Amino acid sequence: MSLRGVASYWLVAAFLLLAAVPFLPSKSAPIYATQFTSVLCLAVLALGLNVIVGYAGLLHLGIAAFFGIGAYTAGVLSTTAFPFGASFLVLLVAAPLAAAAVGVVTTAPTLRLRGDYLALVTLGFGIIITRLIVNFDPITDGTKGLTPVSPNLFPGVDDPELPKYGPGWNNTWRKYPYMYFLCLGVLALVVIGLRNLERSRLGRAWVALREDELAASCMGLNPARLKLSAIALGAALAGLAGALYAVAQDGTTEPKAYDFNRSMITICCVILGGLGNRPGVLLGVVLLVGYDQILTPLLDNWIQQQKLNPEGKEYLKVSGWRLFIFGVALILMMRFRPEGLLPEARHKRELHPEETGQPAVGGEQKGASSG
Amino acid sequence: MLDSVVTALGPEFPQYLLAGLATGMLYALIALGYTMVYGIIELINFAHGDLFMLGSFFALQLAIWVGAANEKGEVIPGLGTGELAGAVLLMLFGAALFCAVLNVAIDRSVYKSLRSAPKLAPLVSAIGVSFILMNLGVFWMGTYDKNFPELVSAKDNLTPGLQFTVESVTFAVKVTYQHVLVFAITLPVMVALTVFVRYTSMGKAMRATAQNPTAARLMGINVDRVIAVTFAIGGALAGVAAVVYGLTVNTVGYQIGFQSGLFAFTAAVLGGIGNIPGAVLGGILIGLLEKLGTGYLGDSWRQPLVFAVLIVVLVFRPNGLLGARTREKV
Repeated sequence: MSLRGVASYWLVAAFLLLAAVPFLPSKSAPIYATQFTSVLCLAVLALGLNVIVGYAGLLHLGIAAFFGIGAYTAGVLSTTAFPFGASFLVLLVAAPLAAAAVGVVTTAPTLRLRGDYLALVTLGFGIIITRLIVNFDPITDGTKGLTPVSPNLFPGVDDPELPKYGPGWNNTWRKYPYMYFLCLGVLALVVIGLRNLERSRLGRAWVALREDELAASCMGLNPARLKLSAIALGAALAGLAGALYAVAQDGTTEPKAYDFNRSMITICCVILGGLGNRPGVLLGVVLLVGYDQILTPLLDNWIQQQKLNPEGKEYLKVSGWRLFIFGVALILMMRFRPEGLLPEARHKRELHPEETGQPAVGGEQKGASSG
Repeated sequence: MLDSVVTALGPEFPQYLLAGLATGMLYALIALGYTMVYGIIELINFAHGDLFMLGSFFALQLAIWVGAANEKGEVIPGLGTGELAGAVLLMLFGAALFCAVLNVAIDRSVYKSLRSAPKLAPLVSAIGVSFILMNLGVFWMGTYDKNFPELVSAKDNLTPGLQFTVESVTFAVKVTYQHVLVFAITLPVMVALTVFVRYTSMGKAMRATAQNPTAARLMGINVDRVIAVTFAIGGALAGVAAVVYGLTVNTVGYQIGFQSGLFAFTAAVLGGIGNIPGAVLGGILIGLLEKLGTGYLGDSWRQPLVFAVLIVVLVFRPNGLLGARTREKV
């Protein structure tokens, strides 16, 4: 059985295990599950970026902008400061639509650009959006962010009182553990949807575009339309992730959550795990974001409890080494396993032609912009 | 007509232009490092900005070591002009050497083994190097901004009489020693670089390698050496820019690499990446945009303005202002 087949069984097992966490009798389960909720949102974001970078081969360095647009759409539509009072169901539609619309409108004029130029434009676009969020103070509350984002589940219906089955359970869907289940469910749906999409006409067309744009267009594919559809879908998923994130955090939090750093970390997740491969991307998110948001605070707490760092020195904190460890991980990955931890079959063949005995896909160093 | 334009611009306009030009020259120096490396090995060296940041830290450290500044980054009073000039020169050469060596070392240890890998691999490695350098910067100088000694004063107005009146608005330009310093350092460096690339055999080898590495190798050019020299020159320019930045802005911190690096990179792309005059043109344009944007719209609109202009330019000229049109080879 191929590595890929095994990975998908593992994926199902991992989802079932995660779904069981809140039923554990442990006292720390609520803490972990709450932290996992934001990891799940970021996983949806990374899968969205994977559509753009992994499937269609467009290096996008500003995905966090769509994440922010999703979160702020959710915020504006549901906070009490505005008269909309939309329900969660509406947000689930409106946030992806808004992000996708912005994605298509801003990308359409820059379709002519290639590789590095496109990367810079997306980077600039990401920075512009983050600055605009801060600058449009009257709407977005500037650096503070919109709170509270607590919509009803369905339009015009009061939220149902939900049962409690374990320690720390809340009876509203917006809190632990129901929000956690909701995010897990959305992520599962996204994974299944993308799995089907990969095998569809559109998915295969994206791969053709990524491998060789010229050849793809000679085969009758329309590169412009394919690129726009990849951006639209990727942005929509990022917007969805943003809306979920805002609801889970009960606010859009500060605009820093949507800045260049977020874009960078997300692209690191995608590349580390395996460009174009869903289980790989999920693994990348678990490793990087999990390290960042779960392991680091735990270790830092431990160091503080053991009084190993009385002067608060930066290099004696695990969080102080954050970027260093990310950097080393990226460099080592690119050196020894550029296809990612769980590679997509085609990428692997492209990078290690000698192992499979088949000719490399795309000829000498082709598909360079996609990697 | 002229009246309303002049009133709208306000009396600060020439001062903004001067500030923009000075900042632009600085960006141009950093942008040259990006563009030269890109021209040779087609790598967006994301770590270049952070190299610049470490260069400014090294210069600050040097200033403290030679006794030109105290630990807080304040100038030690009572130093003569000669001593100050000596300190500045030492910092310039020290930081240039430091950044050149570091840049070559990074290339040797990280990028060199990825020369034949797909383009994404060195790019991602460069992002990794950038993370590492930024983290080292935090270990070195901490997370808070540091004072950089004001060895060259910004207080004296060298041109008290320079003012002119157009339609009832009086424009006054204040040129300080810091402005003089920026141009006195950046202009000769750029001229030297142009002469080097155009008239020396190494420069010729660099141009040949940029055109076609394989053909250059076949013609007997030691491409590895050309790449090392390119990284060394790019690093040295970043080191010089770091000292100029420190001496004119007088604050350094671990994030200046990201901020200035991003603008410098934008400048390189705006001018047409891989193109040396393009980097200078792009740098000056970005510097002007930044200072005029800050002056008229406020600091919070600086970044959106710069990137909006970049995107608009690239929509109409996809290869930058001076970049050559490329056709995809089949």
